[in-house]
Amino acid sequence: MSDSRTKRQKDAPEQASEPQQRRTEMRVRPTGPIVPSTNVSGHALMCVIAIMSFLACLTLGGVSMVRATAQSWQSQISREITVQIKPDDSLDMEKALADARDLALTFSGTTDGKIVDRAATARLLEPWLGEGLDLDELPVPRLIIITIDENNPPDFAAMRKALTETIPQAFLDDHRTWVDRLVAMANTTAMIGTGVLALVFSAMVLTVIFATRGALSGNRHIVEVLHFVGAEAGFVASEFQKHFLRISLKGAGTGGLLAALSFALAGFWQSQTLATPQTDQATALFGTFTIGYGGYLGIAAIIVVIAILTTVTARLTVMRTIYEIDLIRSDPGRTDLYQS
Amino acid sequence: MGPEILRDLTFDIPRRSFQFLTGPSGAGKTTLLRLLFLSLQPTRGLIRMFDRNISSIPREEFPMLRRRVGIVFQDFRLLDHLTTYENVALPLRVRGKEESSYRADVLELLKWVGLGERINVLPPVLSGGEKQRAAIARALIDRPEILLADEPTGNVDPPMARRLLNLFLELNRLGTAVVIATHDLSLMDQVEARRMILSQGRLDIYE
Repeated sequence: MSDSRTKRQKDAPEQASEPQQRRTEMRVRPTGPIVPSTNVSGHALMCVIAIMSFLACLTLGGVSMVRATAQSWQSQISREITVQIKPDDSLDMEKALADARDLALTFSGTTDGKIVDRAATARLLEPWLGEGLDLDELPVPRLIIITIDENNPPDFAAMRKALTETIPQAFLDDHRTWVDRLVAMANTTAMIGTGVLALVFSAMVLTVIFATRGALSGNRHIVEVLHFVGAEAGFVASEFQKHFLRISLKGAGTGGLLAALSFALAGFWQSQTLATPQTDQATALFGTFTIGYGGYLGIAAIIVVIAILTTVTARLTVMRTIYEIDLIRSDPGRTDLYQS
Repeated sequence: MGPEILRDLTFDIPRRSFQFLTGPSGAGKTTLLRLLFLSLQPTRGLIRMFDRNISSIPREEFPMLRRRVGIVFQDFRLLDHLTTYENVALPLRVRGKEESSYRADVLELLKWVGLGERINVLPPVLSGGEKQRAAIARALIDRPEILLADEPTGNVDPPMARRLLNLFLELNRLGTAVVIATHDLSLMDQVEARRMILSQGRLDIYE
């Protein structure tokens, strides 16, 4: 008991000084980053990056949507061929339609044949000839729609020849003219889209580079001080790289996420309003508002590209700044370098 | 190219020496210090530093050389977003040292220069004299082989100037060569030391 008291008394001065020392040390705030984490130019850069990545992601999604729609138009129309039979007094139309369909289906590469019945034909003509049309009174040709395997299409020339030999009034339309036009249109649309994408990407690259350089110019004094207290160029560059990587990831992530959300919301709206005139119109024009995994991967790729771009620009700019400081060292008259 | 600010100067700064560099304003004291700190290159002439001709040293080696030189800038050059403690610890931090390894040393030095109570304060809040002391502490923290100080007592009162001078003398006793550029005659009168007087581009040395 007495021993422990003696020990406590002996320790007392140490205990008194220890808390005092700890209190002094604890007063030091956690070490802050060498490059200030928040400033006006940093926020502005983040906003620019967010806006540019949003636009680039939207363009990428939009272009991939347009390409998909153009391809689907093309494949829809090339999945079908039409047999047209013109009326003739000597022709039993219903028999000729059945014969033509059966003959067409004997060719390999055809999968289904559907005769457009009288009611459907009347509906097709309704916008021009009005309701209550009697087809017997008019020499209206009749149609058979043959579905084909687009990857393994039938021999159209042979089919046309066989049909004409059996039923002289039959005419085979393989939609080649339409398909060619649509292919040309789809290719043009895709090309324009790719051009727009290239422009937006170029604008994004330039904007990110110049915004990064602008944000860095306000930090020149930090580069100078670090350089003069003995920091190696690589160390200074890595400090700025880390800082700008964080900014670019935040900005590009926000922009990309907003773009992905926009597509997801548009797709959701479309699925919720199916079969309404507005949606049908939008679907006909733009296709479905889904960009698929490829689109989301593209958005992720844009975020990565922006992050790399910003980081590399920051590194190169810092290295150049250090080089300029050394240039001024050898030629103090080069004050122009401060303005560049 | 402008007029030559300094010419026909021949001098050396021996190891462990202590000297004042003085002269009228515009005589070239700061230019001479900048030449010694490798932040300017002479248009002609030879500067040897640590037994090497500095004009033949590649750029990549400058940081290593600067680490052996401590400098106190006339305009302090403190980073406004870092606290006094962080500014003083900066040279150690850029050398890749762990904070725990230098924390006690930095705090002790800050206490020594009278900034023990200002460790978490940002430079814009510090007075001119406090900034001066923080800049001096930053230059001293890694025990440089040579210390160059440009008007280190320009913003402090006489007692603090005396205290800072003692700090420089102590550092000199520990082996650092010290060059103090100053106008302050009373400061120079306190120590028997070599005087280098710059005037109209010429240098006179009084041992």
